[in-house]
Amino acid sequence: MKAPHQTTCLVVDDSAVIRKVARRIIEDLGMNVSEAEDGNAALEACAAGMPDAILLDWNMPNMDGYAFLQALRRSEGGEVPKVLFCTTENDIGAIARALRAGADEYIMKPFDRDILTAKLEQVGLLADAA
Amino acid sequence: MTELEFEYLRGFLKQRSGLALTAEKRYLVESRLTPICRRFGMASLGDLIGALKLGQNGALERAAVEAMTTNETFFFRDRIPFDLFRDTLLPEALLRNAARRRLRIWCAASSTGQEPYSLAMLLQEAAPRLSGWQVEIVATDLSTEVIEKAKLGLYSHFEVQRGLPVQWLIKYFTQVGEQWQIAQSIRSMVDYRQLNLLHSFSSLGQFDVIYCRNVLIYFDAPTKSDVLARLAAQLAPEGALLLGAAETVIGLTDRLSPHPKHRGLYGHAEAARPADTAPPLRMAANV
Repeated sequence: MKAPHQTTCLVVDDSAVIRKVARRIIEDLGMNVSEAEDGNAALEACAAGMPDAILLDWNMPNMDGYAFLQALRRSEGGEVPKVLFCTTENDIGAIARALRAGADEYIMKPFDRDILTAKLEQVGLLADAA
Repeated sequence: MTELEFEYLRGFLKQRSGLALTAEKRYLVESRLTPICRRFGMASLGDLIGALKLGQNGALERAAVEAMTTNETFFFRDRIPFDLFRDTLLPEALLRNAARRRLRIWCAASSTGQEPYSLAMLLQEAAPRLSGWQVEIVATDLSTEVIEKAKLGLYSHFEVQRGLPVQWLIKYFTQVGEQWQIAQSIRSMVDYRQLNLLHSFSSLGQFDVIYCRNVLIYFDAPTKSDVLARLAAQLAPEGALLLGAAETVIGLTDRLSPHPKHRGLYGHAEAARPADTAPPLRMAANV
């Protein structure tokens, strides 16, 4: 018998601390978490297996979130993951730019468990808590 | 704060707001009223309670009540009550009220405005179907302070992240410094009024949909029964009442009954259904 699919989430952030915090929260929500420290590593991870969700930092060295998202959405199967982009910028122009690049939701840093849970619910990756 | 002072405060809050403060919530009194002491230049909670007893400082009394009542809210809180509105309650009301082309909604504990504005945005999205309709959203709260905040429609970045889809943030809000302000077109859809649910609200008239979520939990059983019976009187014959997930009408009133499929949704009990000039339309059983 085929095992039920466990929702997968790739956490992309150059900060090991942020990745650790996010991993703890998302694993508690029952998801399988993998990590990447920049856009290049994230693209490699997606090529190996497309996750259901990507928590994406916007400002990273090598390949930033914007470049990664454009490359992801152009790649085969790259339309599948729900992308929650994550930044300290709260400028409406930056948010609109990320949405145009293909982001599904937006999370302002620093985030907490409630916000992250709500956003994953909003993009349809968690059963309703209500 | 002595035991006697705490007992006085319990009675005061119960009388003014319906808040049933249990002994375990004593810690809340200290954390929420200490800033009020500072604001009014009082040295201790004992001084504050002494001033309340004198009954001569209306501003202090309002501040104490407002500090003790909970204003926790966010956009599209719990999501389901809003999906239900968009997918079931609104289409049904549009059919039912087609002749009079009027729709009235009441948010009975609107706090800082996220609930009525969530409904206003849903109505804005449905605007083509509402052309020529008179739509009213009446939003009431005990606290004048939160009503003033609601009217401004200014929210922190944290507040707009909670429950609001980012696409709607872009569509309906503008950035004002570090805050976000909801569009005037949405703000103007909501009529805010100060109202204590313990007092008569019959002058508000009848509503097709009433949201009264997460306020009854703070009342004792007789107060809940009283408020529910009076809410039923304001509900249109086929109207819908939405309560919070931890609230119910069961055991509190026989005028209302739960919907068989939608948790948190209530309508008139068959036996208590008031007469209506409009033809009845049964509440759909599925979304």
